[in-house]
Amino acid sequence: MNVLEIQHLVKEYTDADTPVRAIDGISLTVAAGEFTAIVGPSGSGKTSLLNMIGGLDTPTSGTIHVQQQNITQLTAAQRIDFRRNHIGFVFQSYNLIPVLTAIENVALILQLQGVSKKERQQRAVELLTAVGLQDRIHSRPANLSGGQQQRVAVARALASRPTFVLADEPTANLDSKATENLLQIMQQLNKEEGTTFIFSTHDQRVINKARRIITVEDGKIHTDEQVVPDSATTLAPMV
Amino acid sequence: MIWSIAWRNIWRNKTRSLVIITAITLGIFAGVFIIAFLYGWVQQRIDAVIQTEVSHIQLHHPAYLSSQELTDYMVLNDTLQKALAQQTAIQHHTTRLLSSGMIASAETKAGVQLIGVVPETEIAVTNLHTHLVAGTYLEGIKRNPIVIGQQLAKTLNVKLRSKLVITLSEMDGTLTKATFRVAGIYTTANTAYDETKVFVRQQDLRRLLKAPASITHEIAILVHENGVEDAVVQELGTAMPTLDIATWKTLMPEIQMMHENMSVMTAVFVGIILLALGFGIVNTMLMVILERIPEIGMTMAIGMNTRSIFLMILAETLCLAMVGGLVGILLALVLIRFTQYTGIDLSLWAAGLQATGFDTVIYPQITLIEILKVTCLVILTGILAALYPAKKAISLNPSEALRTR
Repeated sequence: MNVLEIQHLVKEYTDADTPVRAIDGISLTVAAGEFTAIVGPSGSGKTSLLNMIGGLDTPTSGTIHVQQQNITQLTAAQRIDFRRNHIGFVFQSYNLIPVLTAIENVALILQLQGVSKKERQQRAVELLTAVGLQDRIHSRPANLSGGQQQRVAVARALASRPTFVLADEPTANLDSKATENLLQIMQQLNKEEGTTFIFSTHDQRVINKARRIITVEDGKIHTDEQVVPDSATTLAPMV
Repeated sequence: MIWSIAWRNIWRNKTRSLVIITAITLGIFAGVFIIAFLYGWVQQRIDAVIQTEVSHIQLHHPAYLSSQELTDYMVLNDTLQKALAQQTAIQHHTTRLLSSGMIASAETKAGVQLIGVVPETEIAVTNLHTHLVAGTYLEGIKRNPIVIGQQLAKTLNVKLRSKLVITLSEMDGTLTKATFRVAGIYTTANTAYDETKVFVRQQDLRRLLKAPASITHEIAILVHENGVEDAVVQELGTAMPTLDIATWKTLMPEIQMMHENMSVMTAVFVGIILLALGFGIVNTMLMVILERIPEIGMTMAIGMNTRSIFLMILAETLCLAMVGGLVGILLALVLIRFTQYTGIDLSLWAAGLQATGFDTVIYPQITLIEILKVTCLVILTGILAALYPAKKAISLNPSEALRTR
């Protein structure tokens, strides 16, 4: 079952009176449970694509359906509700709320959803335990390492039981050990919970773990291939 | 959670927050203390007007206040006595005979107003007897005792038991003279009052004026509590429509005006302080927003709606304003309490103050209503100061905000 369907997506910016086409007619589908990496050089359009999939930005034309809902027709307020209920975000620079503890950061999104205090505490502890931070639940971000902060971000992204998790360069600021650890947790969540992950990255370590690699260049999909994780073996080209 | 985040956010940059909290504290401290100072200053003048000079209410013949003629008197008949007795709000009342005259010592003379009082009832209505600096209140001298102000005593160069000759007109206009002896010397905060008002026994003045026993020029009334005088005037007016019945506010409009102006003055003063503080808070909060653009973008991205973000900024601003405001109010209350015992000595400006009837030692006063008003204004300032920064925050585009470094 497809959780994401993109048709003829175009995004144009105006840069010093010159129109720039950041996304140039992309169409793709993502099925539930995929572990997909969108790769490409800087400026290729992968972050723009991720922002539109996540409802953070609107396309110039084309449609994006998330679980059959066309999110390009949503108002700004509806997009906020959509993001809260359907998308889990993991950003490059951790982006936790620094004044909140790990458990509070994870529980915040559940509070925004109106979940009861008891239930959100329980869910936050479960998720932090799942990412190996059961003994750091009351630590503030400043007292956590970069890798630990990113694991809190993953736990937060999963808190609302999203349709899929969008991770924009999640390992860009992590060392090898933390990257390995984070990828292992995300792979485990993907396999055991069936969580759909979509990454934008140019980190080879992440690419090596992906089961599907979509290469974007100049705002277009250059290649889209299914691969065997932890190897570069191509399974079957999709385009 | 919003209040918790707001409170913790304040302490992310302790120095910056403490600077603005200190500014708010000092501003509110100054504002509240100035209100208490001005309120105490004016209230002391009003108290002097009520307790010493005028009392709450006065009754006159309708023409007396403009003509000052001896013949414009009231008759103390049963209707008048009954009407006064029926008013439960009246604590005490006293009658006065009034006359203008010339007072002369061996050296010089001066124009004065003679007030013929019944000491027994007068001391229940006014407190002039407590302002004596020498002698007694019309006691100790058998024939024609007089109480004069210290300022007048200096002008006439007289002391206790000195003789003074008073020249005045009788009821029929005939000039007459009488010798009085100084029984007491008083001083109030009002030098103009001290220079012109002299007190004699009503029976002595009545004899001099050849006035019938049933007439009086003035009835002064003290009511049980401030604020009920208007209602008493209305009821007395209904009972005695031919008399001029007025409160101290009508009799001394300049004091009433000062009382009203003080409210405006303190409002302007506090308004200016809060306006300045408001801009300080706006500046601080704009810096906060600028620093937290990626964080705000992230909260928007994960699904915090604009209302919650707006409330978060509002809560943080209110926390800043309320902490500073409450500490400022508390410090001001401590100082007000302290100066209520010690007073604030303004004797350096004594001449100017006393010429206009003001005390030289001020005892600040503040009411709960004023404190609540200031608290509400601090909250209002916090809310208004939050609007622009909060609007900036919610107008951020989350995808652009997340890219900001």
